[in-house]
This record gives sequence, structure tokens and C-alpha cells, in this order.
Amino acid sequence: MADMKVAAYICQGCGLGDRLDTAALAGVAKKEGKAALVREHEFLCNAEGVKMIRDDIANEAVTHVMIGACSRRAKTEAFGFTDVAVSRANLREGVIWCQPETDEARETTQEMAEDYIRMGCAEVKKMTLPEGNPAAVTERTVLVVGGGVSGMTAALEASKAGYKVVLVEKSGALGGWAAKLHKRSPGKSPYAEPQDTPVADMDAAITADANIKVYLNAITSKTSGSPGQFEIEISTESGSTATEKVGAIIQATGFSLYDANNLPELGYGKSANVVDQAGLEALAKAANGGVIKRPSDGGEVKTVVFVQCAGQRDDTGKHLPYCSGSCCSTSVKQAMYFKDSNPDIDTVVIYTDLRMPGNGEDFYRSGQNKGVTFTKGKVSSVEAAGNQCKVNFHDLILNDQTAIDNADLVVLATGQVPNSGVDIDTKLKADIAAAAGDNSLLEAYNASQAEGAVQPISVLNLTYRQGPDVPQLKYGFTDSHFICFPYETRRTGIYSAGPVRRPMDMVQAMEDATGAAMKAIQAVENAGLGRAAHPRSGDLSFPKVRLEGCTQCKRCTVECPFGAIDEDEKRFPVFNESRCRRCGTCMGACPVRVISFENYSIDTVGSQLKAVDVPDEFSEKPRILILACENDAYPALDMAAMNRNVYSAYVRIIPVRCLGSVNTIWINDALSSGYDGVMMMGCKHGDDYQCHFVKGSELASYRMSKIGDTLKQMGLEEDRVATFEVAITDIERVPQLINDYAAKIQEIGMSPLKGF
Amino acid sequence: MSEKYHNNFLKEVEEMVEEGEWVKMCMQCGVCAGSCPLGPHWAHPPQEIFMMIRAGKREEVLRSDSMWMCTSCYNCVVRCPRKLPITHIMHGLANYAHRLGLSPKNQPTQQFATLFWNNLAQTGRVNELKLSLGIYFKDGFAQGVKNAMAMQSVGLGMVKAKRLNPMELFGGHGVKDKTGFHAMLKKAKEIEDRRKNFA
Ligand code: SF4
Ligand code: SF4
Ligand code: SF4
Ligand code: SF4
Repeated sequence: MADMKVAAYICQGCGLGDRLDTAALAGVAKKEGKAALVREHEFLCNAEGVKMIRDDIANEAVTHVMIGACSRRAKTEAFGFTDVAVSRANLREGVIWCQPETDEARETTQEMAEDYIRMGCAEVKKMTLPEGNPAAVTERTVLVVGGGVSGMTAALEASKAGYKVVLVEKSGALGGWAAKLHKRSPGKSPYAEPQDTPVADMDAAITADANIKVYLNAITSKTSGSPGQFEIEISTESGSTATEKVGAIIQATGFSLYDANNLPELGYGKSANVVDQAGLEALAKAANGGVIKRPSDGGEVKTVVFVQCAGQRDDTGKHLPYCSGSCCSTSVKQAMYFKDSNPDIDTVVIYTDLRMPGNGEDFYRSGQNKGVTFTKGKVSSVEAAGNQCKVNFHDLILNDQTAIDNADLVVLATGQVPNSGVDIDTKLKADIAAAAGDNSLLEAYNASQAEGAVQPISVLNLTYRQGPDVPQLKYGFTDSHFICFPYETRRTGIYSAGPVRRPMDMVQAMEDATGAAMKAIQAVENAGLGRAAHPRSGDLSFPKVRLEGCTQCKRCTVECPFGAIDEDEKRFPVFNESRCRRCGTCMGACPVRVISFENYSIDTVGSQLKAVDVPDEFSEKPRILILACENDAYPALDMAAMNRNVYSAYVRIIPVRCLGSVNTIWINDALSSGYDGVMMMGCKHGDDYQCHFVKGSELASYRMSKIGDTLKQMGLEEDRVATFEVAITDIERVPQLINDYAAKIQEIGMSPLKGF
Repeated sequence: MSEKYHNNFLKEVEEMVEEGEWVKMCMQCGVCAGSCPLGPHWAHPPQEIFMMIRAGKREEVLRSDSMWMCTSCYNCVVRCPRKLPITHIMHGLANYAHRLGLSPKNQPTQQFATLFWNNLAQTGRVNELKLSLGIYFKDGFAQGVKNAMAMQSVGLGMVKAKRLNPMELFGGHGVKDKTGFHAMLKKAKEIEDRRKNFA
């Protein structure tokens, strides 16, 4: 790149010119910001203003642009200059809209604006233009693992969109759970009758589709690489191995029914006439529309009882704690098998809550119409007596301890357990703790592995350092961000769809699979352009590492939420560009600070916070640094300002990619340069996390929990650093948090470190 | 005998009780029970009655006085998310129990209903005086006199306002074609008995 030339532009529009002394701001940019070129404009984002900047870039060899106008979240198109480094000083949302329009406030408002100009100039000088990776490659094929309805849907949808698909199914035929069904619950209006499953049609469509290559009796025995360039080893039962190159992966490995052998109290294993839902489908398939026979003796089934929530929604800790969301409609459908062949058969569904998501309500009504009896009750036990069973239950409407004495068949709705492979999260947590010096978790983990317990079999067999499968959420379902980006796992380019992601029925699974297919295509295309995936989609910057300085501490490798970092033979970190989501968590983690991005680094943030003019001890003007996550906290601040919610004029806000990217050096720097307090605002973490980078805010609060010692060494109060969880909707709360914190700082008093 | 949680009794209700085919459609939400102004005062709100029918509790249902307590306010019908004609079912059940001779003896609503019907069936018009007296005296002569005394001022007021004619005690007015009216009722009963298999 040519020599750096910084130009600063100060906008006077949107009332900025009325509320601020823009000439003074221009002076600050010139003198303190050392901008080579400074211009004021009355309406910077209009065609003329933008053209002015363009012309300067073209004619004046400007390489770095600092725009003092609205928030960086506004006017992104007008100010989206891709050929220069750009920083924005947020004078509108960040200053005039969040400050009172009074004479007394004029001085502090102006000071705020001047600081943001200083910060913008300081930041832009440390930025370089992200170049992207011109050598980025991409395979346009999508790998689908699992040949059930979800997998088949994903394959067909990806193919329809013009992409090649490799479909790997571990059994000898496509269809999965659906292939075992006699009929499916209805997926279309009027949602009244069981329908044929789509398996045969989909199977035929896949066979006829030249874009889809199917491997049966096969598993993905090795998965290496990254989005755009995965390399897959496919092993078949016969021992042969094939290799495929793909750009993205969809895991649609479905579920298994919860093992009914865990439910002896419900008669399973004690009477042949107690079956699970799969058992009943088998009986119905065998009967093929005819009379369903009693398994014990082939006798006529006159009374059949369906027991809902068998080993589900269990709060004793013995069985599944969650609802599988599809068993109720399955039982309605199965009761119809009987009613449709002979309306005189008594079919009783005993439920605690009948949950019929989507259009299932119509199906339920149809079941009632056919005379299926629904009884709200809790089954306590099932006793076998000859060729019949006695179902003991508590009728919750009549508050009656009662029984059905002569059930010929009892069907247990046992629910879905995801087939998601190896749980790598426990290990990851242990690794992180170990890296921070606490070995107890790791020891416990190793002990649990040694006990000889049956370990789940890996699905993807990833060669990633972080483990062979995608991380799992609560109850073993594969990872996904429920609120912002379902399907997207923490392994970039690997998506999960269907019941392996959360319990669901066939309608939802097909919708899910379609969504995952679209996401996979996005990943392929982004990878080809060297761009990041969600949520920084389009970002061309990428962590650069100064390996000479690396101490091989492995913090980055372990803490990267996306498994983007492997290790080479010499135990140096290997950054995989297309797996990286550009969150900066590695940068926040690195104790020797050798990781940075072209446009976001220890320096860009560090020099911003140092550029702020910190008044002396006697000014009674404290300074509070806010590091606000750009995903939720910063937008919330902007929106608070749009609503003219006023907050303290003593704060200076720096947006960060994620709290995970916050390096403790920034905190140290801020405190030692005299700031009176530091507020960090990130997303909610924990099991119901909202963090866009999944682990970032959690890691940050973990790191910050260790900052107490540093504060003590500096002789500072613990309250001088505080972390907050903020949601994008906290428009009222965020200004309140700021004001409360400012009041607290007032209470503690000014920092003793000013002026050193 | 109807078996527990088998459909025998439900089927009987579907065949014999007015609007009985709706009972199976109840989804046990409890809205009717919560809406009924009299709910707390009787043994089984509609929701329970419907579940009892499905649970095969024939005796308990038919001998219950719950249906008789319904005041036909229609709150439940208005609110039932499944649009069950609950009030009609309650009346249908009461009627069915009455015909079977299972309804609770001395149930005041039932007694009033019987009096009302007999009164009406005689002349084709309701004889208010006889109906009131019939109610006053249903528990014996002495109680009847007491009741009549207690209601005296109301009765006189009604006479003055020409809402009650003392002469009705002697015969009273009726429809024009009384014979035809009686023939019509007889025919209707025949049809209903045939339809519902009453001997
Ligand atoms: S920026 Fe985030 S995703 Fe990329 S390597 Fe660093 S921690 Fe991993
Ligand atoms: S965190 Fe920094 S020092 Fe540690 S391994 Fe990563 S790059 Fe090297
Ligand atoms: S309101 Fe209707 S559906 Fe709900 S319990 Fe009553 S009758 Fe049943
Ligand atoms: S109509 Fe009868 S059952 Fe319904 S709310 Fe009124 S009194 Fe209760």
C-alpha cells in the first residue's frame, strides 16, 4: 500500500452543526488527529458529500478515511468505501442524541464529540484495508450425512438450487425413521388423515437426480479441512473407502427412540403387549391396513391404551427431562390405525398435556371425531395379566385413582434422543479451565472416560483439534443458535438439521433441512470469496499471527469458539481461514498479543482508548470506558439514543466484535491512563446464551473474573471494572445501567492513577 | 354394564342424548367449568361430566344432580373453544336421566320442570296461577300455605297490574284446538320414543 494519508470528514447534518462546534472538531482532527486533510460538510451522506470523499480518494491519494457523523451502523452503503480503511466517529447517536439539548450540557457534549474525533483518527491510523484471500478456493458440492427425511430433503433442495450433493447413509437404504412408519401424521391441509410417507417418492427423486451421489452402508470416517475445502473419507461396510471433496456439510443424523427397557414399571419387557411407538408401527406395517394383532398370541386387539410422556418430561432425573414434541401426534395417528379399521376398538390416549404443534390441532380434532378417547392423566404402572394388561393411572380431571383393566395393547410414547455423536463440550470446558491453571475438571473428565462406559460413536470424525464432532447443547442436541441462526453449528460450514438439532416432527424436519441446505450454500459461496460466515458475513479481515512471538500457550486454540484453530507439529496454532468467524476471541485470549486483524487489533482499540482526553483529578469529570459488543449492546445504545434516552456525558464507548475479543491489556491500559471505570457490555451467556459468537461473552466474563488481582496490584477498587449482559432490546435499561454505574464511580471517587 | 374408559356409555350418550355426539369433542380445557356461575355449587361442572361419560361412569352421571343445576345462562357455550353446545347437552342428559327414572328425586329444578310440563301440556298454555300454587304446595299443604302467605304481596301486586288473573283457577284459557294439540304431543312422543328405542 502507498503511504498512509488520513482524511477526516465532519458532518454538519442531522443537527450536528447546530449542537456542536464543528470547526473546533475539525481543528481537533487536524492538530491532535494529525489528519492530512480535514473537511466539514453540511450533509455528508448525500450524493455530493459522498462524491467529495470519493474524489479525495481518487485525486488526493487518501488511504484512510475518518468519518465524524452518524453511528457506524447507519449509512453503511453511502460510506461503504471498499478501497480505503474507514473509521467512524459516532457524533449523532453517540453524542447529540444521547445528551440533553441544554446550555449547561453544551460543554460536556462538545468534549464528548472531540474525544470521538480523536478516537476515530487514532483508530483509523492503526487500520489497514482487509485484503481478503485472493487464493480462496471452493468446492460447490454439499455433503449430507444421514439419509432420513431430513437428509433427503436437504439433498434434494441443494440439488434444486444447482449444487452437487454427496449423501452418506449408514444403513442399507434411505428413509430413516420415516421408512419404518406405516403412515405419517398429515403434513398438509386438512390435516385430518394419516398420509403415506414421502420416502418412496424422495428415494425415487434422489435416484433420478444425477447431481446427488448416494453412499449406502457407509459412514464419514474422516472429515478434514474447512468450508469450501472439506475432504471426506467415506468408508463402507465392505471395507472400501472413497474420498470426496465438498464445500459444506449438513448433519442430519436424526434420533433414536428413548430405550423403553428403562421403563419396566410401564410393563415394557414384561409383556409382549407393551410396545413403543416403533413397535406399533411395525405391527401396523405387518397388518398393512388390516387388523392389528396382539403380539402375545395374535389375538384381536379390542382395547389399546397409549401412554404419553413415557420416560419424558421427567423431573426425577432418571429419564428424558424434555418434551419430544412429536409423540402426541404420533399417538393420535396410531390410534387412527385402529379406529380406521374398526371404530368399535377402544383407543384411549392418556396424556398430561396434549401438545400438537403447528397444524396438529386439526389432527387432534380429527382424532376426537373418530372417537379416540383422550384422558388427562398420569400412568403409574402397567401390569401384565395373561394376554392383557392393566394400566393404572390417575385421572387428573376426575382426580380418580383408576385403571383400565383389559388393555390388549399398550403403546409407550418414549420420545427422541438425538444421534449427535461424541460430546466434546465437557472436554472443551476442562481444557479451558486447565489452560487457566485449574486441572480438576480435566481430571474428572479423564476419570469418566476410564470407567469403561459406552462412548457414543462419532458421526463426522473431524480431524479438528477440538474434537471429532460438533459441540452439543443441553441434552445432547447438536449446537445451533436458537434465536439468530438456527442450523449453524460452532463448526463453520457444518450445519445440523432435523431432530438431531432439537426434537421435531416430519413437517418441521423438512423445513429445517431446507434452511440448512440454504445455509450450506451460503457457506460455500462465502468461502469462495474469502469472506466470513454469519454474523460478520462479508468480512474479509482475518486473524494474522506473529508466530515469532507466540509462546505456544494454546489459549487461542482452546478458546476459539469455532474450532477454527488447529496445531501444527511444532504445536504452533494453525488458523483455518474459512472456518473463522472473525470474532476476535483468539485476539482477546492471547497473552502476548500476537494476534490481530487488519482493521481490528490490540492497537486499533488500544490507541482509541488512549486518545481520549482524561481530565485531571480536580476537574470532577470522571471518564468511564465502555466496551460494547457490536451485536447487541452497541445497537441497543444506538437505539436508546434514537429514543433520546439520555446517559452520562462521561462515558466513551468503543464497539468491539464480541466481548470475547477484549484483551485484558485494554483494561490495564485504560485504568493506568486514568479512567475511573470500565464497563463491559456483552450478550447473555450460559445454557440459554444469546452471544453471537457462542462462547465469547462467557470467556470474557471468565477472564474478567480473574482481573481482581490486577486491580489489587494497581491499588484500585474492584468496582472499577464491571461486566453486564445486555440484549438488543434493552433500550431503556442500557442508559440506566450507565447512569447507575456513573453514580457508583462518583461514590467511589476519582481514580488515583490520573496524571501518571 | 359399561366398562371403565371404554366407549359403551359414550356411544349410549351419542345415540340417546340431544347433542350427545359432541361429548367426544371436549378437549378438557376447563373453560366451561371456570365460566359457569353455578360451577362451585354443584358436584360436577360440564368438563367433568364429559370426562365421566368418556370414563364410562354411567350411574354417576345419570344420577347426578349437576345437569339439573344448569340455569341455561349459556356462558359456557359462548366460551367453549371447541364450540360444544354444552347447555343443550346438559339439558339432554337431564332429560335422558329423567326418562330412565334415574334422576335424583326431590331435585327442585326437576320438580319444577315436571310441573311446568304437565301444566303446559293440559291446555297448551301455561296457567301461571296453577303453576305457582303447584310449586307452593309441592311440599305439602301446611308448607304451601306458608309459601303463599310469604308471596302474598307479590301476588296481589301482579293481580293489580293485570299480570295474574284469579279466575284462571277455574279452568283457565287454553289453545283453540286442544284435541289437536294433545294429538300432536302424543305423536311427537311416539316418534321420539321410536327413535331412541324407548318402549
Ligand atoms: S477470530 Fe474467532 S473464529 Fe476466528 S480464529 Fe479467532 S477465535 Fe476463532
Ligand atoms: S494465544 Fe497467542 S501465544 Fe498462545 S498459542 Fe495462541 S498465538 Fe500463541
Ligand atoms: S369449554 Fe368446551 S372444550 Fe373446554 S372443557 Fe368445557 S366443554 Fe370441554
Ligand atoms: S349454561 Fe348451564 S352449564 Fe353452562 S354456564 Fe350456564 S349454568 Fe353453567
